Amino acid sequence: MFLTVTLSLLQGLATTVKLFALTLLFSLPLGLIISFGSMSRFKILRYPVKTLVWVVRGSPLMIQLLIMYYGPGLLFGWELLPRFTAALVAFVINYSCYFSEIYRGGIEAIPKGQYEAGQVLGMTKSQIFCKVVLLQVVKRIVPPMSNEIITLVKDTSLARIIAVYELIWNGQTFIKSAGIIWPLFYTTVFYLVFNGALTLLFGYIEKRLDFFKC
Amino acid sequence: MAMLDVKNISKSFGSTHVLKDISFSLEQGETIAVIGVSGSGKTTLLRCLTHLEQADQGTVSIHDKVVFDGKSQKSLSDRELRQRRLHFGMVFQSFNLFPQYTALQNVMLASQLLAKERPDYKQNHKAIHREVEEKAKSLLAQVGLSERIGNYPHQLSGGQQQRVAIARALALEPDILCFDEPTSALDPELTGEVLKVIRSLAERKMTMIIVTHEMAFARDVADRVIFMDVGYIVEQGRAADLINHPKEERTKQFLARYASGQ
Repeated sequence: MFLTVTLSLLQGLATTVKLFALTLLFSLPLGLIISFGSMSRFKILRYPVKTLVWVVRGSPLMIQLLIMYYGPGLLFGWELLPRFTAALVAFVINYSCYFSEIYRGGIEAIPKGQYEAGQVLGMTKSQIFCKVVLLQVVKRIVPPMSNEIITLVKDTSLARIIAVYELIWNGQTFIKSAGIIWPLFYTTVFYLVFNGALTLLFGYIEKRLDFFKC
Repeated sequence: MAMLDVKNISKSFGSTHVLKDISFSLEQGETIAVIGVSGSGKTTLLRCLTHLEQADQGTVSIHDKVVFDGKSQKSLSDRELRQRRLHFGMVFQSFNLFPQYTALQNVMLASQLLAKERPDYKQNHKAIHREVEEKAKSLLAQVGLSERIGNYPHQLSGGQQQRVAIARALALEPDILCFDEPTSALDPELTGEVLKVIRSLAERKMTMIIVTHEMAFARDVADRVIFMDVGYIVEQGRAADLINHPKEERTKQFLARYASGQ
C-alpha cells in the first residue's frame, strides 16, 4: 500500500512541479513588466495597473481559479480551457502581481544617488539599469522572493478546486478509494523536501551576492 | 576668454525660487569655492551645471560653446544630453560609488561603456580595455589608493570611498570637476585625506567648482570664492579678499558665525 500511495503521490508531485515551474517561468518576467507599469509616470498606465494589482492581490486565489475555469463559459458561452491551462493562467496572473510589488519595492529602494552617479558619468538609462541598478535590486529582492516562491509551492494545491490532479488531490483520493487518511498527511513530506531544496538554493544565491553590501 | 561662462541661471521648484539670476565665469585651471548656508542654492547650482536638474532660464557655455540653454534644452536628444554632461564631472557628498564593483571597476565602468561606442572597438577591444585599466590604475594611484583597487566600497573608509569617487570622475577627463560638499559626510579625521587630494588637483590646474563648508580650505585652495544666499550670488571675489575682508553685510554675518564656531 505504501508503495502504491508513494507512486500516486509522485505523479501528483509531477503536476505540482510542472504548475510551479511554468508559473515561475511566466510570472517572473511578467511581474517586472507590471512593476514598470505601476511605477510609470503616466497616470493612464499607472492607475489601471495599480487597480489590477489591487484586485488580484485582494481577492482569493481560489475564486480566481474558479473564474478562470468557469468564467469564459458562463459569461460568453466559450469552450472551457483545459483544467491545467486555466490553473496556470490564474497562477501566472496572481503571482505576477505579487512579484511586481516585490520588484517595485526593490527598485524604489535603490538610492537616487546611484542613478545620478550613472548620469553624470554619461551612461544611458538602460546602461544605468543593467550595469548599476539591476544587481542591487536582485540582492534586495532575494529574501522576499524566496518567501513568495515557497508560498507558491504550497499554493499550487489550490488547483484541486478545478480538479487539477496535483499532489494533495492525489493524496485525498485515498480517503474515498481506500478509506485511509494518512496519504493526505504524507503529502507534507513531499512539500517539505521540495521547499527544503528551494531554501538551499536561495541560501546559495544569497551567499553568492554576499560580496557587496548595499 | 573665460573657459566656463554661466549667465543668468534661474531655477524654481514650484513656487520656490532656488536660483535667481546666477552669473559667473571661470578661467581654465581656476578653482572656485561656493559657500553659503544650507538651502542657499549652492547644491542646486552644481546640479544645474551637471544637468541633474534643468535650469528654467539662462545659458552655460564652455570655451564659447553653449552646453546649456534654458530655451532649447527640452528638445535635446538623450545622446546630445549625455555628451554635454561629459564636460562636467561630479563628486557627490554621499560618494555614490557602485557597491557591486571594486574600486578599480568603479573607475573603469563608464570609460568602458563609452569605449564600446567607438567605431574601432570591435577590432581593438583588448587594447582599449588595457588602456582603460591602466588609466584607472594610475588615477587610483594619484589619489593614493594603489593598495585598494580590488576592494569593494563597503570595505573602504568614507575618505577612501570619496577618493575613489574623485578618481572615477577624473576618468572621463571632464573639463570641469564639481564637488558637492565632498567632506560633509565624513568624520573630521577623514576630511583631511580628501581635501589633500583636491588640493593636489588644484596644484595640477584642474578646473574645479567646490561647494564647501570648509572655510579655511576654501581660502587656501580656491582662487576665487562665491558667497550665495537665498538663491542669489551676494558677493564674489578673490578667495583671501572675500573671506578675510567681506564687503557685504550678509557675507560678514555668515563668516562671523563660522569664525565663532557657530
